[in-house]
Amino acid sequence: MTEGPLSDRLEPQVASLTGTTSRRRRFLDGLFRFATIASVGVALLTLGALLVDIFLQGRPRLNPDLLSNMPSSRPERAGIQSAIFGTLWCVGLTAVVSLPIGVATAIYLEQFARRDRWYVRLVELNIQNLAGVPSVVFGILGLAFIARGPLSWGFTVGTGAMVLTILVLPTVVIASREAIRAVPSSFVDGALALGATRWQAVWRQVLPAAIPGIATGSILSVSRAMGESAPLLLLGALTFVTFNPTGLDSGYTVLPLLIFKYASDAKQELHVVAAAAIIVLLVLLLTLNTTAIMLRNHFEKRRH
Amino acid sequence: MTSTSSPIHLDLEATRHAAEVGSTVEPVLVAKDVSVYYGDFRAVRDVTMSINRGEITALIGPSGCGKSTLLRCFNRMNDLIESARVEGTITYHGIDIYGPGTHPGEVRRRIGMVFQKPNPFPKSIYDNVAFGPRVNGLRNRSELDEIVESSLRRAALWDEVKDRLKSSALGLSGGQQQRLCIARAIAVDPEVLLMDEPCSALDPIATGRIEDLMNEIKSDYTIVIVTHNMQQAARVSDRTAFFTTEISDSSDRRTGVLVEYDLTEVIFSNPSDERTESYVTGRFG
Ligand SMILES: Nc1ncnc2c1ncn2[C@@H]1O[C@H](COP(=O)(O)OP(=O)(O)OP(=O)(O)O)[C@@H](O)[C@H]1O
Ligand SMILES: [Mg+2]
Repeated sequence: MTEGPLSDRLEPQVASLTGTTSRRRRFLDGLFRFATIASVGVALLTLGALLVDIFLQGRPRLNPDLLSNMPSSRPERAGIQSAIFGTLWCVGLTAVVSLPIGVATAIYLEQFARRDRWYVRLVELNIQNLAGVPSVVFGILGLAFIARGPLSWGFTVGTGAMVLTILVLPTVVIASREAIRAVPSSFVDGALALGATRWQAVWRQVLPAAIPGIATGSILSVSRAMGESAPLLLLGALTFVTFNPTGLDSGYTVLPLLIFKYASDAKQELHVVAAAAIIVLLVLLLTLNTTAIMLRNHFEKRRH
Repeated sequence: MTSTSSPIHLDLEATRHAAEVGSTVEPVLVAKDVSVYYGDFRAVRDVTMSINRGEITALIGPSGCGKSTLLRCFNRMNDLIESARVEGTITYHGIDIYGPGTHPGEVRRRIGMVFQKPNPFPKSIYDNVAFGPRVNGLRNRSELDEIVESSLRRAALWDEVKDRLKSSALGLSGGQQQRLCIARAIAVDPEVLLMDEPCSALDPIATGRIEDLMNEIKSDYTIVIVTHNMQQAARVSDRTAFFTTEISDSSDRRTGVLVEYDLTEVIFSNPSDERTESYVTGRFG
């Protein structure tokens, strides 16, 4: 092969490296990049502005007294202690109940259930639909069947946690199913081909590989319960509660409700307390989500 | 040679070859009138064949003719596919493996499988090989150590990994991973090994090592291998089954059928069916 024909053949391609099509493509590429960065920027700026605003507003009351005082309508004594404990009780109970049930359901649906059975399809359909139901509907349900009606558990922290459990269960199931589905089926096939039972394959191959995803997804779903106020509003989470929950049958309040109460009060000083309480709620949420990420990293590192 | 005279001639030759391969031909697995359906689709029709002890049996044929499907029937891996249904009988030493009292786990422990794509578990090399013995109830540490070492030695992998048994199996090369999967399969001491295109993801050198390995272990294990590589089938197998697809009367999709099953030399040098001949000489599919 001589040099002439080769460079002849290359020339059109070299030309296209600098040609008009390429220039137009680069322009579009740049435009798209600018658009995405701009939208992320707007979102982050808005969030940042809100955070700074809240922080400046709430700073005067961000002190140990806020955490140790009980809620009160008297601004100088107003704190959030019982709401913090109420929130921790609710979210803790919700996690303890919804994680095992949700993960077990996900394992069943992904690994054991037969898609061609009508009851399996019914369960799947319901989970999809329940995940989209507005939370206040769960509140009404809880009011009718748990607080009053058949269970008559009253306006207790147990009732609140039970309703929150029902509320987050569908998302826990969906998140866990995603994580389980992401485990290559070749692990299960390999295990079964060695004479393992289905359960051994799930326990020794699927779960270890799926745990990072299950942990992250589930904790993120459960942390949603922390910000919920609508259903608890119906379930008698009182606002100015001056005691911490001592058991499932205790009365309670939670941070989102107390914040709403303080922020809608006529007294300006209580708005400052509301802002400070928002910061506390954000810190709690952030702690939970950080735990989720750290758990994931921990398990992922252990696998390799 | 005319087509009428060839069957007689072949029969004689087959007998002679059989005498050379092994004087006692003992069937381990026998498939009788096996048809496999995926839903309404019949993927394989009326296969009758027996797999003989101590032999390497190759299954060849064009893509989609049901080689993998049939192979998965031999250790009930088709149970994992919801739509799959097996008709006919498959017996292992005379016991119906689809019979009511048969446990699929027991079948698979005796009839192991190596997959097309190496599928090591995301665990250490040691834990990969020890997995089978462990799920079958072995806890004793020194016995496990022994099994891991002997299995890795048999799979010709021991020297390459003996210093890093505790490191992840995912760090091995593709060829090493496939040999690890073979070691893992023989660690539960099966009698039969089913291999579905075990070399298709490997380079020629790694392929050569797996073929050597198969030749070495074939005195202890009965091997059934699916391959698209004619030379490989000719090199390693004692017997070859050629499958093809046919338009079926009931549906417009093509159903797999067993065309010819004979000693490998016969299939490659003197097949009785034209379709076999055109396939092995490369004039088809
Ligand atoms: N899980 C499944 N569900 C439905 N149909 C399937 C399934 N697996 C295989 N089939 C169909 O069964 C037929 C035989 O497939 P099979 O994989 O056994 O062929 P094969 O001979 O192994 O092909 P290849 O050489 O490409 O691996 C094909 O028509 C295929 O589409
Ligand atoms: Mg195949």
